[in-house]
Amino acid sequence: MANKQAVSFKLNGKPVDVLVEPRELLIHSLREKLLHTGPHIGCETSHCGACTVDIDGMSVKSCTVLTVQCEGAEMLTIEGFEQAGELSAVQEGFTKEHGLQCGYCTPGMITRAYRLLKENPNPTEEEIRYWMSGNLCRCTGYQNIVKAVQYAAKKMATATA
Amino acid sequence: MAATPDTIERETKLQGMGVSRGRKEDARFIRGKGSYVDDIKLPGMLHGAIVRSPYAHARIKSIDKSKALAVPGVVAVLTADDLKPVKLDWMPTLGSDVQAVLAGAKVSFQLQEVAMVIASDRYAAADGVDAVEVEYEELPAIVDPHLSMAKDAVTIRDDIAGKDEVGHGKRTHPNHIFTWEAGDKEATDAAFANAAVTVKEEILNPRVHPCPLETCGCVASFDKVTGQLTVYITSQAPHLVRTVVAMLSGIPESKIRIIGGDIGGGFGNKVPIYPGYVVAIVASIVTGVPIKWIESRIDNISTTGFARDYHGTGELAADADGRIKALRFTALADHGAFNSHVSATKLPAGLFSICTGSYDIPKAYCRVDAVYTNKAPGGVAYRCSLRVTEAVYLIERMMDVLAQKLGIDKAELRRRNFVKADRFPYTTSLGWTIDSGNYQAALDKVLKAVDYEGLRREQAARRADPNARELMGIGVCTFTEIVGAGPTKVCDILGIGLFDSCDIRVNPTGSAIARLGTMSQGQGHATTYAQIIATELGLSSDEIQIEEGDTDKAPYGAGTWGSRSTPVGGAAAAMAARKIRAKAQKIAAHLLEVGEGDLEWEIDRFKVKGNPAAAKTMKEIALAAHTSNLPDGMEKGLDGTEYYDPPNMTFPFGAYVAVVDIDRFTGETKVRRFYALDDCGTRINPMIIEGQIHGGLTEAFAVAFGQAIPFDENGNHLGNSLMDYFLPTSVETPHWETDHTVTPSPHHPIGAKGVAESPHVGGIPCFSNAVVDAFAHLGVTHMDMPHSAYRVWQQCHALGIDKH
Repeated sequence: MANKQAVSFKLNGKPVDVLVEPRELLIHSLREKLLHTGPHIGCETSHCGACTVDIDGMSVKSCTVLTVQCEGAEMLTIEGFEQAGELSAVQEGFTKEHGLQCGYCTPGMITRAYRLLKENPNPTEEEIRYWMSGNLCRCTGYQNIVKAVQYAAKKMATATA
Repeated sequence: MAATPDTIERETKLQGMGVSRGRKEDARFIRGKGSYVDDIKLPGMLHGAIVRSPYAHARIKSIDKSKALAVPGVVAVLTADDLKPVKLDWMPTLGSDVQAVLAGAKVSFQLQEVAMVIASDRYAAADGVDAVEVEYEELPAIVDPHLSMAKDAVTIRDDIAGKDEVGHGKRTHPNHIFTWEAGDKEATDAAFANAAVTVKEEILNPRVHPCPLETCGCVASFDKVTGQLTVYITSQAPHLVRTVVAMLSGIPESKIRIIGGDIGGGFGNKVPIYPGYVVAIVASIVTGVPIKWIESRIDNISTTGFARDYHGTGELAADADGRIKALRFTALADHGAFNSHVSATKLPAGLFSICTGSYDIPKAYCRVDAVYTNKAPGGVAYRCSLRVTEAVYLIERMMDVLAQKLGIDKAELRRRNFVKADRFPYTTSLGWTIDSGNYQAALDKVLKAVDYEGLRREQAARRADPNARELMGIGVCTFTEIVGAGPTKVCDILGIGLFDSCDIRVNPTGSAIARLGTMSQGQGHATTYAQIIATELGLSSDEIQIEEGDTDKAPYGAGTWGSRSTPVGGAAAAMAARKIRAKAQKIAAHLLEVGEGDLEWEIDRFKVKGNPAAAKTMKEIALAAHTSNLPDGMEKGLDGTEYYDPPNMTFPFGAYVAVVDIDRFTGETKVRRFYALDDCGTRINPMIIEGQIHGGLTEAFAVAFGQAIPFDENGNHLGNSLMDYFLPTSVETPHWETDHTVTPSPHHPIGAKGVAESPHVGGIPCFSNAVVDAFAHLGVTHMDMPHSAYRVWQQCHALGIDKH
């Protein structure tokens, strides 16, 4: 397993290089080599979404993507959401609406909600529930996560109005 | 005291009890800056991965490590033979049994731990696991607990075959663990013999798993020079872990540091001590470098801390008006291959004897028989206190069974049997003294809110309509929980009493740090405890720092499970704060040159009675406590420590109503409405309480409608990934309506009772009651969980109502 490959991509706006075996999963490169421990591992089968990152404008479960597939990608993780000391609207929504408890699903939830609102800035509750259904939470019962996304949608609409 | 703009402003500034203030812990979590065990990376750290048995029951004939040791990156392979010389091949469980750390002579459940491969990274460790060659000789497996005690049953536990007890009284069969009973059997039998009406039902609480989103794991780091062992671990009870590790390893407890860090949900799964932890510790001692071991999801669901698996029989005896005369509940408990069920030493079936519920039942008897099977060990309390869901499920289902038998409305039958509000403290026929309650008021409020009578009318109309596609079910549940273990005279684990503790230090500038023996896994302790202390001390909760989980820093406590944090830890916080306030009062009297009795407390200060201008704030007193200007002989500083041993458990209760619509052609159940009224006594942070209730209800929904761990007849797991094991998504999770009444606990310093588990405990029977109620007019009295579409359709099909 000595055949390692160098992979380069942009992580939260900064270019990074990482040396990996072809079989290495993105979540492991992010967490163990690039020390971005925000995305978490919950299931290893793409069900729970704790490892969700945003790659080239899509929500991706990084536990089932090979790092070598990410050559040249633009990647956003939870670590890239706060800009110049300002929380993003989604982050703010999650704390204001008590959309988190243990915090384990939160980075994936926020990352997914961000993409949801990019694609659908004014979602109904039903749409939020459907579009967030790839991210599991064991603590909140989702009700406040829906409110968090609604809060962010409203705030973003006000900001762009 | 009349509120003035000044007092309102000061009160607001405290952000104390009763306020829905934002959570102090959120800042790190929304930035991805939590510190969970798998985030820990220490210099030189190696990774451990476990070789697991493919068989549920087999002898191990040989283990060949040679190929694994040749895998690049593999450093060591540990087996039972390596643990034996240091006597760590077996470990004590929290249920008074022992458990194999690594299987030696034989394996007793599928995916049992056989060896640990230590390697440079997780990929090399996984390669190593694949290369370990184990030869097995398969044995017949016992999967059905009803067959465990058969005459010719194979012996599951050779290691204790000759022992006539494993900690909880006499065993009558090699696969028998204990028999436990409570109540007056003869009097109960007599009441049944003389009753106008009796009902009986077999009721299963299936084997489920708490399945927190973060699996279990640890990083063990042994320093050979200092002899210090540091373990970062997913534990709901770090101090108990430290004690067990000391007992096991012989390392002085003072040289063991357990660090809980952030925990990605626990729900009972993270109370026990698992083989992976122990082997990682041994591996660190052997290799001299830190070892990380993190479970996979499949490992988690298959091998660590399952819950329930109680095969119950409920019986009630009543008069013709539905007044209950006696209760007889028994259960066959499947504890798997080792009794690592978490229980207080004197309570092997936990708090099952709370099964008389909210009702005044003159005679009662209950009995639990626990047996071994070739399944993973456990029996943890999944978002409930020990065996309380099992108890509450039985009584709340049986209330409906009795109501149907008598043709009495299900809410009305409850009303007729409630312990009346003026009878508290009320001692149940099984021996618990329920401190407080107001059940009728809670139920009335809920029935009114949902227009219960209107719902029943709608249901009657639906039943009368031959073309209705959907059956309508109304579930009622009026539960009483028992939480806050507990009085040390009743509750201990491995001899350690289940008290809890708080150590508060007030700084000269009037901020404070408080350390507690509990361990948050998402409950928001850093916020809730700060609010309690804020109100007690008159300091802002913003400036009160809470720390838990690091055994080098926090005082000893039994951790967070069984909703014990607020009932026990919260009480300790209030009491420690009161010690500080008592000292502060002496200092204030000294500074103001008056007698202590001349002072009165107001929000954040001591005032001289009748001279409100003369006052000292807690901030001023905090500074004074660090100067020479103190009463003669008084120690410097403003600290307080409390080890709180509660005088009784607390008894949160609630009244829930669920409305479901069931498609008789597909068996799909839609939860139209769920209304949950909880009474947890004094409410500290309503926002956090509501969040806990949403979460508990969702876990109740999961158990009621989909969770179950199935096995085939050979003991093979048939559903141990999230592909098969049901965790509800945001789509199927119902909308929750919450409400409350407030009946403070009279013995708790601030009247709080605990809340996080009530919605799980009360929610599950409420859902089942709703589903069964949909079929009640067709003569159905019980349907076992999970109420998946297929299983509900089977009921429809059996009744012939799935045809046009």
